[in-house]
This record gives sequence, structure tokens and C-alpha cells, in this order.
Amino acid sequence: MIRAEWFFWLVGGVFLVMAAQMLADRTNPKRLGTAAFWALLGLGFCYSTGVADKSAPAEPLGAAVLVMICLAGFGFTGRGAARTTTAEERAASAARYGNKLFVPALTIPAVALVCAVVVKKVSAGGQPLLQKGSETVLGLGIGALIALVVGMVMLRERRLSIPVHAGRSTLESVGPVMLLPQLLATLGAIFALAGVGDQVRRGTTVLLPEGSVLLAVVVYCVGMFLFTAVMGNAFAAFPVMTAAVGWPVLVEQAHGDAPAVLAVGMLAGFCGTLVTPMAANYNIVPAALLELTDQYGPIKAQLPTAFVLLGCNIAIMSVFAF
Amino acid sequence: MLVLLGVLVVVAGFATRRNPLLVVGAAGIVTGLLGGLSPREVLAAFGTGFAGSRAVTVFAITLPVIGLLERHGLQEQARNLITRFSGLTTGRFLALYLLLRQITAALGLGGVFGHAQTVRPLAAPMAEGAARGRHALTDKAREKVRSYAASADNVGFFFGEDVFLAVGSILLITGFVNTTYHTHLEPLDLALWAIPTALCALAVHGWRLLRLDRTLERALPGAPRSAPADEVAK
Repeated sequence: MIRAEWFFWLVGGVFLVMAAQMLADRTNPKRLGTAAFWALLGLGFCYSTGVADKSAPAEPLGAAVLVMICLAGFGFTGRGAARTTTAEERAASAARYGNKLFVPALTIPAVALVCAVVVKKVSAGGQPLLQKGSETVLGLGIGALIALVVGMVMLRERRLSIPVHAGRSTLESVGPVMLLPQLLATLGAIFALAGVGDQVRRGTTVLLPEGSVLLAVVVYCVGMFLFTAVMGNAFAAFPVMTAAVGWPVLVEQAHGDAPAVLAVGMLAGFCGTLVTPMAANYNIVPAALLELTDQYGPIKAQLPTAFVLLGCNIAIMSVFAF
Repeated sequence: MLVLLGVLVVVAGFATRRNPLLVVGAAGIVTGLLGGLSPREVLAAFGTGFAGSRAVTVFAITLPVIGLLERHGLQEQARNLITRFSGLTTGRFLALYLLLRQITAALGLGGVFGHAQTVRPLAAPMAEGAARGRHALTDKAREKVRSYAASADNVGFFFGEDVFLAVGSILLITGFVNTTYHTHLEPLDLALWAIPTALCALAVHGWRLLRLDRTLERALPGAPRSAPADEVAK
């Protein structure tokens, strides 16, 4: 069975190799801090295996995460000069290879697709070939490796250091923001441990008067929207808002159709995901990947859609669920 | 009530545009300590959280191959290709991408597209290429086109995937409700109720993407490039 952990080690190893390259890169004025950040991330990826199966204490990893936060937060990371081709070279290469260049790029989604649909069902020796529940992540990883081989053969590139250098440049331009989605997931867990949900639930119950179905629908949908915007994750908002309003008021008191209420409520939360920097992997990381000067660019493009769809969800729930 | 100060730290931090990692780190520490966790438990929470959420960072593995292809002109070729289809404007291209993303997500293939593997190397340069065939693109307009490319991926993914049964959010709903309220909801019932919103999302965001063409036309006085797109492509 191909395990997700093996793949995490590979990713950790790639971070470590890139950290070594960063350490040697004298064009980066902050090469020490930059290398330390990515090396800690790489080590953290490997050490996490022990934390995940509870064979290693989590505290040292937590301390490493805080060190990473300080390195990035207090400006100890930077980027070196990108070693890349000139615009002319790229235009010439594009003319030479033409649409063949898309083949490796499309290999990644194609392999991910095959893994998610076909390989998922393959088993070897009574065990599934890909670890259950990790097929998508593994598909992405296997796709990236196959694409790398295809790309290197096609472009007659013999040295592995070239793609690793190119990937490192992108990594440096995205920067420590890359760690943000993981940190936000952590924050969500801490919020849950500390009882933030209970406090919000108490607040909503006080706000809501008896009797008005429409008002309760609005409170449920807008609550999902706002709470998702704060947490960055509709999954975290859902149990709280459903326990506060969705189930007791909309389903039990008002006799709403449970599947309609709950499904649309979750989608109202997704509207909140569109407008918040807390949903970093959808909003902030893409802005960095696309090298935007305004890190809120994608959010600004999504704001009107999010509000209109929130209205749609309220309307759909009030019309069809009761 | 004190634990809500952690939420306040987050909102205030993002509103004043502090370094996002510091904001989240500080909010985690503040909330944990106010919620009665010991410093040791806070450290452990950071560690377990990191270990449990590694999957969101693995897209980094695609960067070497994308970087290699970009060195050899992938983005340039993506732009060249799109300028050959003279009818395909930026807005129409992105609306098509939105539709494709929504359909694949609805079929359970949410991992097939994404920002690192498709938006950066392909969709954003293509959207830009379509605009370049018509206007002299300013930096500001280029940012806008790229932001909209990112938005097409997000909207398509969010409001497509719930139509699929085995997706995380549907299973979360049935899992939570069935265990908490001792009832029995079928994933299929929930997935059906995701369809109306999916159609609204396609209509609303698709329309806004199509409108982007007009916004670009108004914002960019620069006339179409002198050479027709066809000749450049040859």
C-alpha cells in the first residue's frame, strides 16, 4: 500500500533540499533566516509522522512552528535573485516546443483523475493500493512526479537541480505565506479546545426571538457566513450554527426539511469562505502564487458574488425548506 | 467571554494588515491561554495542528515541474495558444473555466484543478493572453485578470463539490447530524439540495466574468494590437 506518510516525507525532503540551496544562495540578503524557515518546515513534515500516530511528543513540533512564525513574522526571511531564462529565451523555447509544453502540465491533473477514479479501486494483496482517504493527495503527488519525468525527458533536461531550483524560486516568491493554511487549521483546533463555539452559540440564542421563520433563516445563513469568515472554514462554523439555530429552531420548531436546511446552510458558509483572508489556501496563497501586489485581489474579485449568493441561499432555504 | 478576545485578535490583525503568520500565532496563544490551556498544551496544540494539516501544503510538490516548464516558456505558450481563438475573450474563457471546474468538482474530481497546478501555469496566462489579443494590458488590468482567474477556480470548486456525495462537507453534515440528533440523513438528499445554489453560482459568477470584458474595454483605451492575432500565432 502506498501511504500518505511516504509522500509527506518526500515533500519534507524536497523542502530540505531547497533549504540547502537557499543557504548557498548569496544573492539572498536573508539567506540564513530563509533557509532556517524552510528547513524547519521540511523537518516538521517528517517529524509529524510520529505526532500523527502519537509515538512522538507534539510539543517540540509546536515550538518549531512558533520559531517559524517568528522567523517569518519579524522579517528574517527574504528571496534571492531568480535564476531563470530571459523573456527571449522563453519565447524561442515556446516557439520550438509549441503545444507539447502542455503535455507535462496536463499530466498532473490527468494522473490525479486516474488515481481518484481508477487506482482508488485497485487493491494489491487484499489492501488498497493507495491509502484510503488520501487518494487525492497521493494522486497529486504521483502526478507531479510523473509529470517531472515526462517534462525532463521531453525538454532533454538531465540535471534534477534545474527543476528544483525553479521550484525553489517560486517557493521563495510565495514565501512563508505558504504555511498559513496549516496555521489556520491549527487555530481552528485551538478555538474549539478553548470553547469559542460555546460562546458564539450563547450569543446567537440570545439574539433570536421566537416565532419568525424568515428571521431564523437569516440568522442561520448570515451566522454561517460571518462565523466562516472569522474561522476561515465552513466546517468549523457548521456544528456551532447548526446546534444553535439550524436544528432546534429551523428543523424542530419550524418543521423545515432537514436536508434542505443543512445543505443550504453549509453553502451559505462557503460564501463566507470567499470573502476572508482566513481561508488562506483559497484566497491568500493564490494571490502569492499569481504574484499579485494586492494580496486581497482574489477576495475583491469574489466579494459581490459572495453577497449575491448569500442572498440566493437565504431565498432558496426560505422558499423550498418550509 | 474572554476567549472571544482571540477572535478579536484575528479580525484586528487582518484589518490592520499585520503579518498574517504573526496574527494567527498570537491569536492561537491568546485564545489557548484564556481558554485555560497550559503553555505546554498550547505548544502541543500547535504541533498536532501542524501534523494533522500537512495535506494543504503538499501542492508544493508540483512547483519543480511547473518551474521547469515555465523556464521553457509554458506561460508564453499558454498565451500564444489562446490568442489563436479570436472569439475567446478573457471573460468567455474564464466563464468556460468556471463551468469546467464546477462540473469536474460535481463529479468528485475536486483535486483535478487548483491554483498551483492549473491556475498559475495555464488559466491565468490564458486569460491574460485573451486580453492581450485585444488591449495593451496595464499592470492594474493584469492584476485584475489574474484575480478573476483565481476567483473562477474558487467559485467553481466551492459550489460544485457539494453536488457530489462523497465530499467532505456532505459527509460532515450527515456525520454530525446523524450522531448528534439520532436521525438518519442520506448524503444523496443533501447533494440534491446543493444543485439550486450551484446553478445560482454559475449564473452569478459566470455573468460577472463575462462582464469583465466590458470593464477591461472601458479601462484600457489602448487599441487592439496592430498585428492581427492570427499572424502572430503563425
